[in-house]
Amino acid sequence: MIKHEHLSLKYMRREVLPTAFCPGCYNGIVMNALFQAFEELGIYDLRKYVFVSGIGCSSWIPSPYIKADSLHTLHGRAIPVATGVKLANPELEVIVIGGDGDLASIGGNHLLHAARRNMDLVVIMINNLVYGMTRGQAAPTTPKGMVTPTTPYGNPEEPMDVARLIANTNANYVARWCVSQYLFLKNSFKKVLGEIKRGFRFIEVYAPCTTFVIRRENKTPGQKLKELMNTCIGYEKWEKLPAEERTKHIPTGVFREEDKPGFLDNYKQLIARLKR
Amino acid sequence: MGKLVALTGNYAVAYAAKYARVDVIAAYPITPQTSIVEKLAELIESGELDAIMIRVESEHSALAATFGAAVAGARAFTATSSQGLLYMHEFVHWTSRARIPAVMAIVTRALAPPWNIWPDHSDFMDQRDAGWIMGFAMDNQEVFDLTLQAFKISEDPRVYLPVMIGLEGFILGHTTMLVELPEQEVVDQWLGPRKQEYVIDGKEPLALGNLAWPEDTEEMFMEIQKAMDNAKKVIKEVDEEYGKLFGRKYGGLIQCINCEDAKYFAVSMGAWSGDLIEAVNKLREEGYPIGVIRIRFCRPFPYEDIWEKVKNSKGVIVFDRSISFGAWGPLFTDLLTGLYHYTNNLPIMSNVVAGIGGVNITYNDFAKLLTSFIETIEKGDKPPVFTWYHKR
Repeated sequence: MIKHEHLSLKYMRREVLPTAFCPGCYNGIVMNALFQAFEELGIYDLRKYVFVSGIGCSSWIPSPYIKADSLHTLHGRAIPVATGVKLANPELEVIVIGGDGDLASIGGNHLLHAARRNMDLVVIMINNLVYGMTRGQAAPTTPKGMVTPTTPYGNPEEPMDVARLIANTNANYVARWCVSQYLFLKNSFKKVLGEIKRGFRFIEVYAPCTTFVIRRENKTPGQKLKELMNTCIGYEKWEKLPAEERTKHIPTGVFREEDKPGFLDNYKQLIARLKR
Repeated sequence: MGKLVALTGNYAVAYAAKYARVDVIAAYPITPQTSIVEKLAELIESGELDAIMIRVESEHSALAATFGAAVAGARAFTATSSQGLLYMHEFVHWTSRARIPAVMAIVTRALAPPWNIWPDHSDFMDQRDAGWIMGFAMDNQEVFDLTLQAFKISEDPRVYLPVMIGLEGFILGHTTMLVELPEQEVVDQWLGPRKQEYVIDGKEPLALGNLAWPEDTEEMFMEIQKAMDNAKKVIKEVDEEYGKLFGRKYGGLIQCINCEDAKYFAVSMGAWSGDLIEAVNKLREEGYPIGVIRIRFCRPFPYEDIWEKVKNSKGVIVFDRSISFGAWGPLFTDLLTGLYHYTNNLPIMSNVVAGIGGVNITYNDFAKLLTSFIETIEKGDKPPVFTWYHKR
């Protein structure tokens, strides 16, 4: 009998399984897409890769689950730590995995400045719409009107559209996919790991928190996935929608794609010029 | 007469802020503090508390917004834990050095790495040079009382310093006890609205936080040292008043239990003092002449009060739930230097650091440590100055 093993196990520290994620958590889908991208690129050994994360449920993906160097750092500070690692040893591929709370809220300014510098990093932001690890309070990405423990009668604030915000910077690659758009997500991972190998590459994954968003809507993760298949549409289509329809849909797609020199290339160029 | 309700330590904090009628709350979720702001959000949105909640994007902004609100004349409140407190540290100094009254609850938790959510006092004690009045509670009733008193102390013109109130995460924060809530009218009469001469209210232009020459700067900080001295008096006054109005008086900066005829003293702060008191009660039954000095305020540090208690004693053992790496427990070093001011002939002093990273210390542990301390001295030997008591 042939024993089949899940491809993700190749990339995971088996001794720490099972994961601490809630049953049905979409973090698993993101991990599978990332690992499938590695496999399809023929990358089986992650020793050249360094994963950096901050605080939050998605920050647990690399630490401890991915079998590679992982740095679990302070809340919001994954990007500056990753920048230090990358600049100290540019041979390493440095990947940040974090949530909306970590990367866009408490660490928001680092995200903007790394994007502005076109820093040579891959940043994967899993947007679960709330501060999931502290039990689902309102975050800067929480939709207006959503009920959370800190907005018990509905969130009065407008959310931040992180991917479209970063798309207005100097970043080489910016995409957003819903967790239901698995193939697009995997292909985006392949693009930033195998093709565009420099500059700031940002991928937002829209993945509502299973426990503190989906369960509050009295839905199962499966039902929500089906719903997302209709909710998430290409941004070109979304832009043509009337205003009231737009709030009901998530614009997805690749917002920016270039292969211009990143921070390191520009810096090397400066040094070369001054040496002459 | 108030009413008895079952509250977690975190909810006791939230209710104290409600009874103080805070105007502005700014906070960011962090374990184990989160349920304080969740409760306050609920109280605000259900209309029970007329206040504004600012859902900020980080702890640094939480204290910044609290400071801003207090500068504008509001009674402002925030709460945090552990890394959140360290992240706001820049504004911790800023608030006290600007002499802006505000209250912050610290639901204490270990510092990382490694990541850890269990309680010790490392985060709280790290703030001891920051110019805040620092109180620490032992049970949920005291959490409520201290938090409410903190507003009165902070806003006293002789003090005008911010106050932080510590309570252990989970041990108090998430554990339910009976708490007596006072009558709102009595609190209102006692506390009143916040009054301060210098607030930004559009009447007269103020320049706050601009550049000063070294001499002016130093003089401003000398005023903070004076305010700390004044605070000792104010804390005792507030404790007296509160006792008369609400029936609970704790003894000011320290609380002494079984102290009358004690020859030995155990000093501690926080929730584990409850276990220590139990251990001392047990030892008293066995005939050991020992008392407990529970530190309720570690800034200003109660040197005089402790000296009064221990001056004729044979030995003092200080339990610290944090450590200043390379030195000893901070309560011990503070007490040792303070007592030296009064005598060249100190009682035998010993420091035990324990419970770091949330390691559970029970009354059995305390009883064991106290017995060994007393018996060593009675035999004519000297116990170690410093022990890191660890168990698995």
